[in-house]
Amino acid sequence: MYAQMVDTGSPSSMDERETRFQQRIDDGIRVEPQDWMPERYRKTLIRQISQHAHSEIVGQLPEGNWITRAPSLKRKAILLAKVQDEAGHGLYLYSAAETLGITRDQMVDDLHTGRAKYSSIFNYPTLTWADVGAIGWLVDGAAIMNQIPLCRCSYGPYARAMIRVCKEEAFHMRQGYDLMLSLCKGTPAQKAMAQDALNRWWWPSLMMFGPPDGDSVHSAQSQAWKIKLFTNDELRQKMVDQTVPQAEYLGLTVPDADLKWNAERGHYDYGDIDWEEFYNVVKGNGPCNRERLEVRNKAWTDGEWFRDALVAHADKQAQRAIAQAA
Amino acid sequence: MKNQWPLWEVFIRSQHGLAHRHVGSLHAPDATMAVNNARDVYTRRNEGVSIWVVKSIDITASHPDDKAELFDPAQAKVYRHPTFFPMPEEVKGL
Repeated sequence: MYAQMVDTGSPSSMDERETRFQQRIDDGIRVEPQDWMPERYRKTLIRQISQHAHSEIVGQLPEGNWITRAPSLKRKAILLAKVQDEAGHGLYLYSAAETLGITRDQMVDDLHTGRAKYSSIFNYPTLTWADVGAIGWLVDGAAIMNQIPLCRCSYGPYARAMIRVCKEEAFHMRQGYDLMLSLCKGTPAQKAMAQDALNRWWWPSLMMFGPPDGDSVHSAQSQAWKIKLFTNDELRQKMVDQTVPQAEYLGLTVPDADLKWNAERGHYDYGDIDWEEFYNVVKGNGPCNRERLEVRNKAWTDGEWFRDALVAHADKQAQRAIAQAA
Repeated sequence: MKNQWPLWEVFIRSQHGLAHRHVGSLHAPDATMAVNNARDVYTRRNEGVSIWVVKSIDITASHPDDKAELFDPAQAKVYRHPTFFPMPEEVKGL
Protein backbone atom coordinates (compact mmCIF):
# COMPACT_ATOMS: atom_id res chain seq x y z
CA MET A 1 0.00 0.00 0.00
CA TYR A 2 1.20 3.57 0.53
CA ALA A 3 3.11 1.94 3.37
CA GLN A 4 4.47 -1.44 2.29
CA MET A 5 6.16 -4.15 4.35
CA VAL A 6 6.39 -2.08 7.51
CA ASP A 7 8.83 -3.65 9.97
CA THR A 8 7.25 -4.21 13.39
CA GLY A 9 10.53 -4.96 15.20
CA SER A 10 11.34 -8.18 17.02
CA PRO A 11 8.72 -9.40 19.44
CA SER A 12 9.52 -9.98 23.09
CA SER A 13 7.30 -11.33 25.82
CA MET A 14 4.75 -8.79 27.01
CA ASP A 15 5.22 -7.20 30.38
CA GLU A 16 2.29 -6.05 32.46
CA ARG A 17 2.10 -2.57 30.98
CA GLU A 18 2.14 -4.01 27.50
CA THR A 19 -0.64 -6.45 28.33
CA ARG A 20 -2.74 -3.55 29.63
CA PHE A 21 -1.93 -1.59 26.47
CA GLN A 22 -3.05 -4.48 24.27
CA GLN A 23 -6.22 -4.82 26.33
CA ARG A 24 -7.08 -1.17 25.69
CA ILE A 25 -6.59 -1.69 21.96
CA ASP A 26 -8.73 -4.83 22.05
CA ASP A 27 -11.43 -2.79 23.80
CA GLY A 28 -11.33 -0.26 20.97
CA ILE A 29 -9.84 2.57 23.03
CA ARG A 30 -7.76 4.93 20.89
CA VAL A 31 -4.13 5.55 21.77
CA GLU A 32 -3.28 9.26 22.05
CA PRO A 33 0.19 10.88 21.86
CA GLN A 34 0.73 11.28 25.61
CA ASP A 35 -0.41 7.74 26.49
CA TRP A 36 2.15 5.11 27.35
CA MET A 37 2.88 2.83 24.40
CA PRO A 38 5.39 0.04 23.74
CA GLU A 39 8.51 1.23 21.97
CA ARG A 40 7.88 -1.21 19.11
CA TYR A 41 4.38 0.20 18.54
CA ARG A 42 5.80 3.72 18.45
CA LYS A 43 8.61 2.83 16.05
CA THR A 44 6.37 0.78 13.77
CA LEU A 45 3.86 3.60 13.54
CA ILE A 46 6.59 6.14 12.80
CA ARG A 47 7.76 3.90 9.96
CA GLN A 48 4.24 3.34 8.66
CA ILE A 49 2.96 6.92 8.88
CA SER A 50 6.15 8.53 7.55
CA GLN A 51 6.26 6.05 4.66
CA HIS A 52 2.67 6.94 3.93
CA ALA A 53 3.51 10.66 4.07
CA HIS A 54 6.52 10.22 1.77
CA SER A 55 4.27 8.39 -0.70
CA GLU A 56 1.89 11.34 -0.81
CA ILE A 57 4.78 13.76 -1.40
CA VAL A 58 6.55 11.67 -4.06
CA GLY A 59 3.12 10.84 -5.50
CA GLN A 60 2.86 14.45 -6.68
CA LEU A 61 5.67 13.90 -9.16
CA PRO A 62 4.22 11.42 -11.70
CA GLU A 63 1.08 13.54 -12.10
CA GLY A 64 2.86 16.88 -11.81
CA ASN A 65 4.58 15.78 -15.00
CA TRP A 66 1.31 16.47 -16.90
CA ILE A 67 0.13 19.76 -15.37
CA THR A 68 1.65 21.93 -18.11
CA ARG A 69 0.37 19.59 -20.82
CA ALA A 70 -3.21 18.96 -19.64
CA PRO A 71 -5.51 19.00 -22.68
CA SER A 72 -7.86 21.74 -21.40
CA LEU A 73 -7.99 24.47 -18.78
CA LYS A 74 -10.64 22.49 -16.88
CA ARG A 75 -8.47 19.37 -16.73
CA LYS A 76 -5.45 21.44 -15.75
CA ALA A 77 -7.34 23.09 -12.87
CA ILE A 78 -8.58 19.69 -11.68
CA LEU A 79 -5.11 18.14 -11.85
CA LEU A 80 -3.56 21.10 -10.02
CA ALA A 81 -6.15 20.72 -7.25
CA LYS A 82 -5.45 17.01 -7.00
CA VAL A 83 -1.69 17.42 -6.80
CA GLN A 84 -2.16 20.14 -4.17
CA ASP A 85 -4.29 17.69 -2.20
CA GLU A 86 -1.44 15.16 -2.25
CA ALA A 87 0.84 17.76 -0.70
CA GLY A 88 -1.82 18.39 1.94
CA HIS A 89 -2.13 14.67 2.66
CA GLY A 90 1.62 14.46 3.13
CA LEU A 91 1.45 17.33 5.63
CA TYR A 92 -1.42 15.83 7.66
CA LEU A 93 0.54 12.60 7.90
CA TYR A 94 3.88 14.19 8.77
CA SER A 95 2.08 16.00 11.62
CA ALA A 96 0.58 12.72 12.83
CA ALA A 97 4.02 11.06 12.78
CA GLU A 98 5.57 13.97 14.70
CA THR A 99 3.23 13.30 17.64
CA LEU A 100 5.24 10.07 18.10
CA GLY A 101 8.48 11.96 18.72
CA ILE A 102 10.24 12.19 15.34
CA THR A 103 10.97 15.63 13.85
CA ARG A 104 9.79 16.82 10.45
CA ASP A 105 13.37 17.60 9.44
CA GLN A 106 14.42 14.06 10.30
CA MET A 107 11.68 12.57 8.14
CA VAL A 108 12.41 14.87 5.21
CA ASP A 109 16.09 14.01 5.51
CA ASP A 110 15.30 10.27 5.61
CA LEU A 111 13.34 10.61 2.37
CA HIS A 112 15.93 12.70 0.57
CA THR A 113 18.85 10.48 1.49
CA GLY A 114 16.95 7.36 0.44
CA ARG A 115 16.83 5.85 3.95
CA ALA A 116 13.03 5.97 4.02
CA LYS A 117 10.79 4.11 1.62
CA TYR A 118 7.70 5.26 -0.21
CA SER A 119 5.15 3.25 -2.18
CA SER A 120 6.54 1.24 -5.11
CA ILE A 121 3.78 2.56 -7.40
CA PHE A 122 5.30 6.03 -7.72
CA ASN A 123 8.41 4.67 -9.38
CA TYR A 124 6.53 4.04 -12.62
CA PRO A 125 6.54 6.69 -15.36
CA THR A 126 3.51 8.65 -16.64
CA LEU A 127 4.01 8.28 -20.39
CA THR A 128 0.68 9.59 -21.69
CA TRP A 129 -2.20 11.78 -20.54
CA ALA A 130 -4.27 8.62 -19.97
CA ASP A 131 -1.86 7.70 -17.17
CA VAL A 132 -3.26 10.60 -15.16
CA GLY A 133 -6.68 8.97 -15.45
CA ALA A 134 -5.34 5.50 -14.65
CA ILE A 135 -3.57 6.79 -11.53
CA GLY A 136 -6.71 8.47 -10.20
CA TRP A 137 -8.89 5.47 -10.95
CA LEU A 138 -6.55 2.62 -9.97
CA VAL A 139 -3.86 3.99 -7.66
CA ASP A 140 -6.14 6.28 -5.68
CA GLY A 141 -8.80 3.56 -5.81
CA ALA A 142 -6.35 1.14 -4.20
CA ALA A 143 -5.33 3.80 -1.69
CA ILE A 144 -8.94 4.39 -0.61
CA MET A 145 -9.44 0.66 -0.14
CA ASN A 146 -6.54 0.63 2.32
CA GLN A 147 -7.21 3.98 3.97
CA ILE A 148 -10.91 3.69 4.80
CA PRO A 149 -10.25 0.94 7.39
CA LEU A 150 -7.34 3.01 8.75
CA CYS A 151 -9.85 5.70 9.79
CA ARG A 152 -10.61 3.21 12.60
CA CYS A 153 -6.99 2.38 13.45
CA SER A 154 -5.80 2.41 17.07
CA TYR A 155 -3.66 5.57 16.95
CA GLY A 156 -5.82 8.70 17.27
CA PRO A 157 -3.79 11.23 15.26
CA TYR A 158 -3.31 8.73 12.39
CA ALA A 159 -7.01 7.83 12.32
CA ARG A 160 -8.00 11.51 12.27
CA ALA A 161 -5.56 12.28 9.45
CA MET A 162 -6.99 9.34 7.49
CA ILE A 163 -10.53 10.69 7.81
CA ARG A 164 -9.47 13.95 6.17
CA VAL A 165 -7.49 12.11 3.49
CA CYS A 166 -10.33 9.73 2.62
CA LYS A 167 -12.79 12.58 2.09
CA GLU A 168 -10.46 14.05 -0.50
CA GLU A 169 -9.38 10.78 -2.13
CA ALA A 170 -12.93 10.16 -3.35
CA PHE A 171 -12.52 13.23 -5.58
CA HIS A 172 -9.21 11.86 -6.86
CA MET A 173 -10.65 8.52 -7.84
CA ARG A 174 -13.69 10.02 -9.53
CA GLN A 175 -11.73 12.56 -11.56
CA GLY A 176 -9.55 9.67 -12.75
CA TYR A 177 -12.52 7.56 -13.82
CA ASP A 178 -14.14 10.60 -15.45
CA LEU A 179 -10.94 11.17 -17.42
CA MET A 180 -10.87 7.52 -18.54
CA LEU A 181 -14.55 7.73 -19.46
CA SER A 182 -13.91 10.74 -21.71
CA LEU A 183 -11.05 8.95 -23.46
CA CYS A 184 -13.09 5.78 -23.92
CA LYS A 185 -15.94 7.75 -25.47
CA GLY A 186 -13.48 9.55 -27.76
CA THR A 187 -11.63 8.56 -30.92
CA PRO A 188 -10.20 5.04 -31.38
CA ALA A 189 -6.74 6.51 -30.73
CA GLN A 190 -7.92 8.00 -27.42
CA LYS A 191 -9.51 4.73 -26.37
CA ALA A 192 -6.32 2.87 -27.29
CA MET A 193 -4.40 5.29 -25.08
CA ALA A 194 -6.73 4.46 -22.17
CA GLN A 195 -6.25 0.72 -22.78
CA ASP A 196 -2.48 1.15 -22.89
CA ALA A 197 -2.57 2.99 -19.55
CA LEU A 198 -4.66 0.23 -17.97
CA ASN A 199 -2.22 -2.36 -19.34
CA ARG A 200 0.72 -0.65 -17.69
CA TRP A 201 -0.92 0.33 -14.35
CA TRP A 202 -3.01 -2.75 -13.59
CA TRP A 203 -0.32 -5.02 -12.14
CA PRO A 204 1.66 -2.32 -10.30
CA SER A 205 -1.65 -1.23 -8.70
CA LEU A 206 -2.28 -4.75 -7.41
CA MET A 207 1.31 -4.88 -6.11
CA MET A 208 0.60 -1.77 -4.01
CA PHE A 209 -1.12 -3.93 -1.39
CA GLY A 210 2.19 -5.62 -0.64
CA PRO A 211 3.41 -9.24 -0.72
CA PRO A 212 0.98 -12.17 -0.42
CA ASP A 213 -0.18 -12.92 3.13
CA GLY A 214 2.10 -15.95 3.44
CA ASP A 215 5.17 -13.73 2.87
CA SER A 216 3.95 -10.81 4.94
CA VAL A 217 5.97 -11.31 8.13
CA HIS A 218 4.85 -8.26 10.07
CA SER A 219 1.12 -8.45 9.37
CA ALA A 220 0.05 -10.39 12.46
CA GLN A 221 1.61 -7.89 14.89
CA SER A 222 0.24 -4.90 12.96
CA GLN A 223 -3.20 -6.46 12.99
CA ALA A 224 -3.05 -7.11 16.74
CA TRP A 225 -2.17 -3.45 17.24
CA LYS A 226 -5.01 -2.45 14.90
CA ILE A 227 -2.77 -0.38 12.68
CA LYS A 228 -3.57 -2.78 9.85
CA LEU A 229 -7.19 -3.87 9.65
CA PHE A 230 -7.20 -6.24 6.67
CA THR A 231 -4.54 -8.48 5.14
CA ASN A 232 -2.79 -7.63 1.87
CA ASP A 233 -4.61 -10.37 -0.03
CA GLU A 234 -8.03 -9.43 1.37
CA LEU A 235 -7.62 -5.86 0.19
CA ARG A 236 -6.20 -6.95 -3.17
CA GLN A 237 -9.20 -9.21 -3.77
CA LYS A 238 -11.56 -6.35 -2.90
CA MET A 239 -9.71 -4.13 -5.36
CA VAL A 240 -10.02 -6.68 -8.18
CA ASP A 241 -13.71 -7.30 -7.46
CA GLN A 242 -14.48 -3.61 -7.47
CA THR A 243 -12.39 -2.63 -10.48
CA VAL A 244 -13.19 -5.33 -13.06
CA PRO A 245 -16.82 -4.17 -13.59
CA GLN A 246 -15.58 -0.56 -13.78
CA ALA A 247 -13.18 -1.58 -16.58
CA GLU A 248 -15.98 -3.43 -18.36
CA TYR A 249 -18.14 -0.31 -18.30
CA LEU A 250 -15.29 1.60 -19.94
CA GLY A 251 -15.07 -1.12 -22.59
CA LEU A 252 -11.47 -1.84 -21.62
CA THR A 253 -9.81 -5.23 -21.15
CA VAL A 254 -8.01 -6.03 -17.91
CA PRO A 255 -4.57 -7.37 -18.95
CA ASP A 256 -4.90 -10.74 -17.19
CA ALA A 257 -5.68 -13.89 -19.20
CA ASP A 258 -6.50 -15.79 -15.99
CA LEU A 259 -9.07 -13.30 -14.78
CA LYS A 260 -12.51 -14.88 -14.41
CA TRP A 261 -15.52 -14.74 -12.10
CA ASN A 262 -15.61 -17.57 -9.58
CA ALA A 263 -19.26 -18.04 -8.62
CA GLU A 264 -18.37 -20.48 -5.86
CA ARG A 265 -16.10 -18.00 -4.07
CA GLY A 266 -18.15 -14.99 -5.07
CA HIS A 267 -14.93 -13.30 -6.19
CA TYR A 268 -12.84 -12.89 -9.30
CA ASP A 269 -9.89 -15.26 -9.67
CA TYR A 270 -6.84 -13.46 -11.01
CA GLY A 271 -3.43 -14.43 -12.38
CA ASP A 272 -0.05 -14.59 -10.65
CA ILE A 273 1.65 -11.35 -9.76
CA ASP A 274 5.29 -10.85 -10.74
CA TRP A 275 6.69 -10.38 -7.24
CA GLU A 276 10.23 -10.22 -8.54
CA GLU A 277 9.31 -6.96 -10.25
CA PHE A 278 7.81 -5.65 -6.99
CA TYR A 279 10.89 -6.45 -4.88
CA ASN A 280 13.10 -4.94 -7.56
CA VAL A 281 11.19 -1.65 -7.46
CA VAL A 282 11.21 -1.65 -3.65
CA LYS A 283 14.98 -2.19 -3.71
CA GLY A 284 15.37 0.96 -5.81
CA ASN A 285 15.58 -0.50 -9.29
CA GLY A 286 12.21 0.60 -10.67
CA PRO A 287 11.98 2.70 -13.83
CA CYS A 288 11.94 6.05 -11.97
CA ASN A 289 13.37 5.51 -8.45
CA ARG A 290 16.49 7.58 -9.06
CA GLU A 291 14.68 10.32 -10.94
CA ARG A 292 12.07 10.73 -8.19
CA LEU A 293 14.68 11.24 -5.49
CA GLU A 294 16.70 13.59 -7.68
CA VAL A 295 13.65 15.76 -8.34
CA ARG A 296 12.73 15.82 -4.63
CA ASN A 297 16.26 16.77 -3.63
CA LYS A 298 16.46 19.47 -6.28
CA ALA A 299 13.14 20.98 -5.19
CA TRP A 300 14.37 21.00 -1.57
CA THR A 301 17.75 22.55 -2.42
CA ASP A 302 16.27 25.10 -4.83
CA GLY A 303 13.79 26.22 -2.18
CA GLU A 304 16.40 26.69 0.52
CA TRP A 305 16.98 30.42 -0.10
CA PHE A 306 13.24 30.99 0.25
CA ARG A 307 12.92 29.05 3.50
CA ASP A 308 15.95 30.93 4.85
CA ALA A 309 14.37 34.26 3.84
CA LEU A 310 11.17 33.38 5.71
CA VAL A 311 13.16 32.62 8.85
CA ALA A 312 15.21 35.84 8.49
CA HIS A 313 11.99 37.84 8.15
CA ALA A 314 10.42 36.14 11.17
CA ASP A 315 13.58 36.81 13.23
CA LYS A 316 13.62 40.48 12.19
CA GLN A 317 9.97 40.95 13.16
CA ALA A 318 10.58 39.29 16.52
CA GLN A 319 13.60 41.53 17.18
CA ARG A 320 11.54 44.63 16.32
CA ALA A 321 8.78 43.58 18.67
CA ILE A 322 11.33 43.22 21.48
CA ALA A 323 12.91 46.60 20.66
CA GLN A 324 9.54 48.33 20.68
CA ALA A 325 8.55 46.77 23.96
CA ALA A 326 11.81 47.93 25.59
CA MET B 1 19.20 19.76 11.82
CA LYS B 2 19.14 23.51 11.55
CA ASN B 3 16.36 25.93 12.27
CA GLN B 4 13.37 23.62 12.57
CA TRP B 5 10.30 25.84 12.20
CA PRO B 6 8.04 25.92 15.25
CA LEU B 7 4.90 23.77 15.30
CA TRP B 8 1.51 25.52 15.31
CA GLU B 9 -1.87 24.08 16.18
CA VAL B 10 -4.62 25.13 13.80
CA PHE B 11 -8.22 25.90 14.77
CA ILE B 12 -10.93 26.55 12.18
CA ARG B 13 -14.40 27.99 12.65
CA SER B 14 -16.56 26.35 10.02
CA GLN B 15 -19.53 28.73 10.13
CA HIS B 16 -20.53 31.86 11.95
CA GLY B 17 -21.99 30.95 15.30
CA LEU B 18 -19.91 27.81 15.85
CA ALA B 19 -16.72 27.57 17.93
CA HIS B 20 -13.25 27.18 16.44
CA ARG B 21 -12.29 23.51 16.31
CA HIS B 22 -8.85 21.95 16.33
CA VAL B 23 -8.13 20.52 12.86
CA GLY B 24 -4.42 19.69 12.94
CA SER B 25 -0.99 21.25 13.04
CA LEU B 26 1.72 22.59 10.78
CA HIS B 27 5.17 24.16 10.77
CA ALA B 28 5.76 27.81 9.93
CA PRO B 29 8.46 30.37 10.75
CA ASP B 30 5.98 32.93 12.15
CA ALA B 31 2.29 33.48 12.89
CA THR B 32 1.54 35.17 9.55
CA MET B 33 2.98 32.28 7.59
CA ALA B 34 1.18 29.84 9.88
CA VAL B 35 -2.16 31.43 8.95
CA ASN B 36 -1.21 31.41 5.26
CA ASN B 37 -0.19 27.78 5.38
CA ALA B 38 -3.27 26.81 7.41
CA ARG B 39 -5.44 28.32 4.71
CA ASP B 40 -3.76 26.12 2.06
CA VAL B 41 -3.54 22.96 4.14
CA TYR B 42 -6.84 22.97 6.02
CA THR B 43 -9.38 25.07 4.06
CA ARG B 44 -9.14 23.95 0.44
CA ARG B 45 -12.84 23.04 0.38
CA ASN B 46 -14.66 25.87 2.14
CA GLU B 47 -14.04 24.31 5.55
CA GLY B 48 -13.83 27.63 7.31
CA VAL B 49 -14.54 31.30 7.73
CA SER B 50 -11.91 31.96 10.41
CA ILE B 51 -8.49 30.56 11.35
CA TRP B 52 -6.67 30.60 14.70
CA VAL B 53 -3.08 29.44 15.05
CA VAL B 54 -1.36 28.83 18.39
CA LYS B 55 2.21 27.74 18.96
CA SER B 56 2.07 24.16 20.20
CA ILE B 57 4.56 24.86 23.00
CA ASP B 58 2.19 27.50 24.40
CA ILE B 59 -0.53 24.92 25.07
CA THR B 60 -0.77 23.49 28.57
CA ALA B 61 -2.46 20.11 28.57
CA SER B 62 -3.70 17.78 31.27
CA HIS B 63 -1.74 14.56 31.61
CA PRO B 64 -3.36 11.16 30.92
CA ASP B 65 -2.06 9.91 34.32
CA ASP B 66 -4.16 12.57 36.06
CA LYS B 67 -7.32 11.42 34.35
CA ALA B 68 -8.84 9.72 37.39
CA GLU B 69 -8.08 12.61 39.72
CA LEU B 70 -9.48 15.19 37.31
CA PHE B 71 -12.51 13.50 35.87
CA ASP B 72 -13.70 10.72 38.17
CA PRO B 73 -15.36 13.05 40.73
CA ALA B 74 -17.89 14.15 38.12
CA GLN B 75 -19.08 10.57 37.70
CA ALA B 76 -20.56 10.51 41.21
CA LYS B 77 -22.59 13.65 40.63
CA VAL B 78 -25.41 12.39 38.50
CA TYR B 79 -27.73 14.99 40.05
CA ARG B 80 -26.02 17.54 37.81
CA HIS B 81 -28.00 16.15 34.89
CA PRO B 82 -31.65 17.11 34.44
CA THR B 83 -32.62 13.49 33.77
CA PHE B 84 -31.75 12.69 37.44
CA PHE B 85 -35.08 14.18 38.54
CA PRO B 86 -38.20 12.22 37.62
CA MET B 87 -40.96 14.65 36.77
CA PRO B 88 -44.70 13.98 36.85
CA GLU B 89 -45.83 13.45 33.29
CA GLU B 90 -48.92 15.60 33.60
CA VAL B 91 -46.88 18.67 34.55
CA LYS B 92 -45.74 20.57 31.45
CA GLY B 93 -42.92 23.03 30.83
CA LEU B 94 -40.22 21.32 32.92
